Amino acid sequence: MNFLVLVKQVPDTEKVKIDPISGTMVREGLDVTMNPLDSHALELAVSLKEKLNGSVTVLSMGPMNTIDVLRDAIALGADRAILLSDSALAGSDTWATSLALAKAIEKLNIAFDLMICGEKSTDGETGQVGIELATLLNLPVVTYVSELIELGSNFVLVKRSIEDAHEVWKAPLPACLCVLKSVAEPRLPTLAGKKTAMDAKIEIYDTESIGINREEVGLKGSPTRVVKVFNTKIARNCRIYADKDILEGIERVVGLIKAVRDGEAK
Amino acid sequence: MILVLNNKIDRSSFELLSKARKLADKASMKLAFLLMSNSKKDVQQLARFGPDMVILAVHEKFNRFSLDPFLSTAKKILAKYSPSIVLAPATTFGRTLMPALAASFRTGLTADCTELDVDEKGNLLQTRPAIGGNVMATIVTPTHRPQMATVRPGVFEIVEHRKDDVQFIEERIEDLSDRCQLISVEPKQAGARLEDAKIIVSVGKGLRKKENVEVAFKLASLVKGAVGASRAVVDARWLSHDHQVGLSGKTVKPRIYIAAGISGAVQHLAGMQTSEIIVAINKDRYAPIFKVADIGIVADAYWVLSELVQRLERESDESGG
Ligand SMILES: Cc1cc2nc3c(=O)[nH]c(=O)nc-3n(C[C@H](O)[C@H](O)[C@H](O)COP(=O)(O)OP(=O)(O)OC[C@H]3O[C@@H](n4cnc5c(N)ncnc54)[C@H](O)[C@@H]3O)c2cc1C
Ligand SMILES: Cc1cc2nc3c(=O)[nH]c(=O)nc-3n(C[C@H](O)[C@H](O)[C@H](O)COP(=O)(O)OP(=O)(O)OC[C@H]3O[C@@H](n4cnc5c(N)ncnc54)[C@H](O)[C@@H]3O)c2cc1C
Repeated sequence: MNFLVLVKQVPDTEKVKIDPISGTMVREGLDVTMNPLDSHALELAVSLKEKLNGSVTVLSMGPMNTIDVLRDAIALGADRAILLSDSALAGSDTWATSLALAKAIEKLNIAFDLMICGEKSTDGETGQVGIELATLLNLPVVTYVSELIELGSNFVLVKRSIEDAHEVWKAPLPACLCVLKSVAEPRLPTLAGKKTAMDAKIEIYDTESIGINREEVGLKGSPTRVVKVFNTKIARNCRIYADKDILEGIERVVGLIKAVRDGEAK
Repeated sequence: MILVLNNKIDRSSFELLSKARKLADKASMKLAFLLMSNSKKDVQQLARFGPDMVILAVHEKFNRFSLDPFLSTAKKILAKYSPSIVLAPATTFGRTLMPALAASFRTGLTADCTELDVDEKGNLLQTRPAIGGNVMATIVTPTHRPQMATVRPGVFEIVEHRKDDVQFIEERIEDLSDRCQLISVEPKQAGARLEDAKIIVSVGKGLRKKENVEVAFKLASLVKGAVGASRAVVDARWLSHDHQVGLSGKTVKPRIYIAAGISGAVQHLAGMQTSEIIVAINKDRYAPIFKVADIGIVADAYWVLSELVQRLERESDESGG
């Protein structure tokens, strides 16, 4: 059974600090890490491979420092790591990203039974790449997968968690799953894993070697354009009740609550 | 034409129609609503929110969402009507169907928008939070059509806009194949109903321990409200994810939002900052939550919630007896 896991490198947003004066994101000193959800996707693939045999390939499109993230993936049990990196790819939106990834998968003839993506990244957060990519590859796709119940030789049975229900779906292989955290709890890398990763070969391709038309990807090939980025600033005039005023504050809240509650009742 | 699509006739449909009506007027476009569902029940309700046209794609297979049949139908309808803007709610439905639809038409898609506008040329200005709610980005799709966006539920106001001459069109649906097979459905417990509550009592790590969360439920039940939570509380498993408010949880807009022991991280604010009245309770006078609150109480969160419960209970005892 062969697995293809799509991983994205993201800035470590858990550590993002906001400059209190300018209100902008402080990017200096931010490490890049594997998109957290992708590490759950990877763990799912690795644990299944260990049970069923086969291999796990990780594929990422990103700048050269993505190599570190791919090494981490190998330390965590991936067998093969592929990086698609080229200045022409910079600024790709989800369409251009998906197109480039689809072309790489086709050109490199990456064989897989199951393609696994995270539900979304922590920086762009669109949750679109997995689905767009699966559509380009004409794969059946199940999103919001919370649990993999069974992987048969020609089907996968998964639980899907949506607003009003848990559903169980059966999809034929090859298929694409966009997964939630709960599919698997990532392991910590072992010393042996880290050693393997240090010596591992990361395969790196550019647009030319994949046969991607540079006009079709990157900023040029992206249908969407970010025209403005701004900070969210919202401030209200807060009336603070502290110390001896606390009870007065509580009374005021009681009054407001009653007004709303009783207004509703009528 | 602006096309709004959904698989349900619900709040998110009304919100989207209300907003899209304004955009359509501004850009002099027609507004159509595409319903893909297994039933025509309640379709008349849609007419109240201003569509020029309601397109019905009704089929028993549209009982539960699955990508293949919805995608093939939506593709046909988009090809037939060639809308220049396509909007859907950013629910699990919209966030699965729209990327597949955008990829099929080789066009752009903006995710989870919280603000939409159009310019005179009919370009859609799509604004959305990104990078953990730290920034807002405005995105356009200048040269590709349709322009597509998913829109966060709970953000836009519902505005009635009655039209007498709404056209209802039934589309014939044939050969719906699906590579995936639905095996079973287990409904989730109708829990917090956060999106509909007029009063929300939200708890953060400042409640100090899991048992203390009970007081929020007591208060919520007294005021016919619901209980929300910060992610820290959900991560600590004090409450399930259904309660989470914020960027990676729900967006709410109640009449009163009480944030008890919540620090006010941007990701939390992303889900509640448009509430009508925000009450913050925090021990730390300088907690960021006070910057977005109307009323701030600097005190122990558990104690204040207990006080509110007591006072409201006393109230109902008096009026009851
Ligand atoms: C502020 C901001 C807003 C943006 N808004 C939009 C927008 O609304 N629409 C749009 O089209 N683009 C948008 N983009 C661009 C978008 O972030 C990039 O295209 C990005 O490369 C992929 O999208 P994502 O981060 O949302 O990934 P998601 O779609 O959220 O990622 C889902 C999964 O896809 C896989 N994946 C994603 N990217 C890669 C990759 N590079 N390599 C391998 N696997 C990957 C991973 O498994 C990941 O878990 C925005 C960018 C910024 C900075
Ligand atoms: C990508 C991303 C997405 C996220 N999405 C969300 C989201 O959807 N929703 C969300 O909420 N968070 C989200 N977060 C997390 C967010 O950044 C914060 O970590 C989280 O909101 C903090 O929760 P908290 O305020 O309960 O806890 P803390 O930050 O621990 O704050 C506790 C607060 O309680 C106060 N306090 C302590 N003791 C008392 C007391 N006895 N009485 C009164 N006050 C007291 C403290 O002063 C403090 O202000 C996200 C983060 C990231 C990176």
